[in-house]
Amino acid sequence: MDAAAHDTHDAHDEPHLTPYSVYVGIWLALIALTGVTVLASVVDMKHQAIFVALFVATAKSTLVVLYFMHIAFENRVFWWFLLSAIATFVIFVLLTFADYAYR
Amino acid sequence: MSSDTAMPDLPETNYINAEKGLKSWLTTIDHKRIALMYLIAIGGFFVVAMGLGFMMRLELLNPGEQFLDGAAYNRVLTLHGVIMIFLFIIPSIPAVFGNFCLPIMLGANDVSFPRLNLASWYFYIAGAIVALFSVAAGGVDTGWTFYVPYSANTDANVMLPMFAAFLLGWSSILTGLNFIVTTHRLRAPGMGWRQMPLFVWGIYATSWIAVLATPVIGITLVLVLIERYMGIGIFNATMGGDPILFQHLFWIYSHPAVYVMVLPAMAVVSEIVPVFSQKRIFGYRFIAMSSIAIAAIGSLVWAHHMFTSGMADEGRIIFSFLTFFVSVPSAVKVFNWLATMYKGSIKVDPPMLFAFAFIFLFSIGGFTGLLQGALSVDIHLHDTAFIVAHFHYTMFGGTGVMFFGAMYYWWPKMFGRMYNRTMAYVGFAMFFVGFNTLYFPLFIAGLKGMPRRYADYLPEYHSYHALSTVGSWIMVTGILILFANLIWAIKRGKRAERNPWGGATLEWAVASPPATHQFDGPPEVGEPYDYKIPHLGDDESAGSGADEGKA
Repeated sequence: MDAAAHDTHDAHDEPHLTPYSVYVGIWLALIALTGVTVLASVVDMKHQAIFVALFVATAKSTLVVLYFMHIAFENRVFWWFLLSAIATFVIFVLLTFADYAYR
Repeated sequence: MSSDTAMPDLPETNYINAEKGLKSWLTTIDHKRIALMYLIAIGGFFVVAMGLGFMMRLELLNPGEQFLDGAAYNRVLTLHGVIMIFLFIIPSIPAVFGNFCLPIMLGANDVSFPRLNLASWYFYIAGAIVALFSVAAGGVDTGWTFYVPYSANTDANVMLPMFAAFLLGWSSILTGLNFIVTTHRLRAPGMGWRQMPLFVWGIYATSWIAVLATPVIGITLVLVLIERYMGIGIFNATMGGDPILFQHLFWIYSHPAVYVMVLPAMAVVSEIVPVFSQKRIFGYRFIAMSSIAIAAIGSLVWAHHMFTSGMADEGRIIFSFLTFFVSVPSAVKVFNWLATMYKGSIKVDPPMLFAFAFIFLFSIGGFTGLLQGALSVDIHLHDTAFIVAHFHYTMFGGTGVMFFGAMYYWWPKMFGRMYNRTMAYVGFAMFFVGFNTLYFPLFIAGLKGMPRRYADYLPEYHSYHALSTVGSWIMVTGILILFANLIWAIKRGKRAERNPWGGATLEWAVASPPATHQFDGPPEVGEPYDYKIPHLGDDESAGSGADEGKA
């Protein structure tokens, strides 16, 4: 293994260090999104409330998965695992709605 | 080939006798020992569930109540289904033979996460204990599908079997995860994806289904418990819920689970057919990819269990189309097995007989499944004995048969002893004749309108039920002979050769039984279906196993 390859290998294996500021920022964002949920519960938005709830849930879980679970800094194979789970979920929901949407 | 020739005795140390005492087994992280622990547990549960099925057939011998009233029959039926599905068929081949063979076939000394592997076994045992405890707590009469609203309202304690299914689901997920990572990370140097044995491909595809679909059933069962005990309306229409949503969620897992059950069986057939034809597998890539295709498409057809439940027509048409589509990769496998046998040097040894039986019985099960995939026909057949026959032809005629096929194929490797061949033929013949006598009449009774899950019936169905019950006597006798032959072989069987069948995959290159660490170093990897590899043909050099990997 030549020196350059060795360096690349080491760099790849080195764990990613996330500054505290990022964690604090994510935490504040999660609190803000919780605030949106509380706000939505007191405003009468009728059917749109479901979209707000889904948006907040998606945004919060994305932040947690990317930063707290470290996926943003992981190897590509982990992305494939995550994407396969998301794709499976989306397909399940879409096919279920092949029933619900037409009832 | 024969076990009659003089063989050296068993290797002095192997994975079975490497350590002694119960504790050494209960704390083992050796994949082969864990496989044996699964085998003992799964085999035991199979015999229990078979006894329950036998009781049901006896009750149905004549019209009217024999010895089980309706409520007791429902409980026996539920227990038979829960044990057979969750404790036997789903884990059977992956947990036993996947654990034993997959790492060896890949040229590895163990799975990627050995401790997690042991934890999976404990999850399995915990789930089994809870399931059996539910019997002591009065039993459950919902059937293995736990359909709401009945399961949310019945007086029976459904929490226990549901919690058991939840624990067993965890076992499946952890085992699947282990196999996926092992397949990706622990292949021997030189073993690319196209050099992997087809058994590994089948287990790999199965593992993906287990990992992706099993969480859905876990969540669903928790939702039923929340509704039942906290009064939150999810599935109960009177509380604003939707009962059909339960069926969607249940079958999103449980139909792919059918492929969790049958893909490993197909994988075993893909190993046995080329070995006993001594011919390179026909269409390796197509068989490998068809496993992935079955896993993918099989996950999209769940609602064909619900054609009469009140779904929208559009949804039913989509799911009917997808159902027909999934038969294509299954047929690809069957055609490839037949093409492999064509002009091969076929040896009708016991494992090959089971493979023949699989192809015959699973084809009947598959074709009758296509009938139900047609919307109009399904309305007539739904919830009749026809479904019972179809289901048993696919699951028992498929996975159950190949569980025996796998045992008769790998037993000499697992224990280093050969079973009695004559008894194997006798047991198989009785099993095969009994199986068809038991289940085929149910196709006709179902077509004529005999409902499933009924403890009694009209006199016009008597002849079908009587014939079916006689079939159960023949089949159970055959199964007991098959089991007894294997158990006898462990102590009394003649020494088996290292490679008694002439296989070319890596498990046949290590000792029988293998050492705890079957490979000292990276094994030499060749084509898995090349039957002219010199080092695999003879047994004279068989040693302790530690040096076998370099063969």
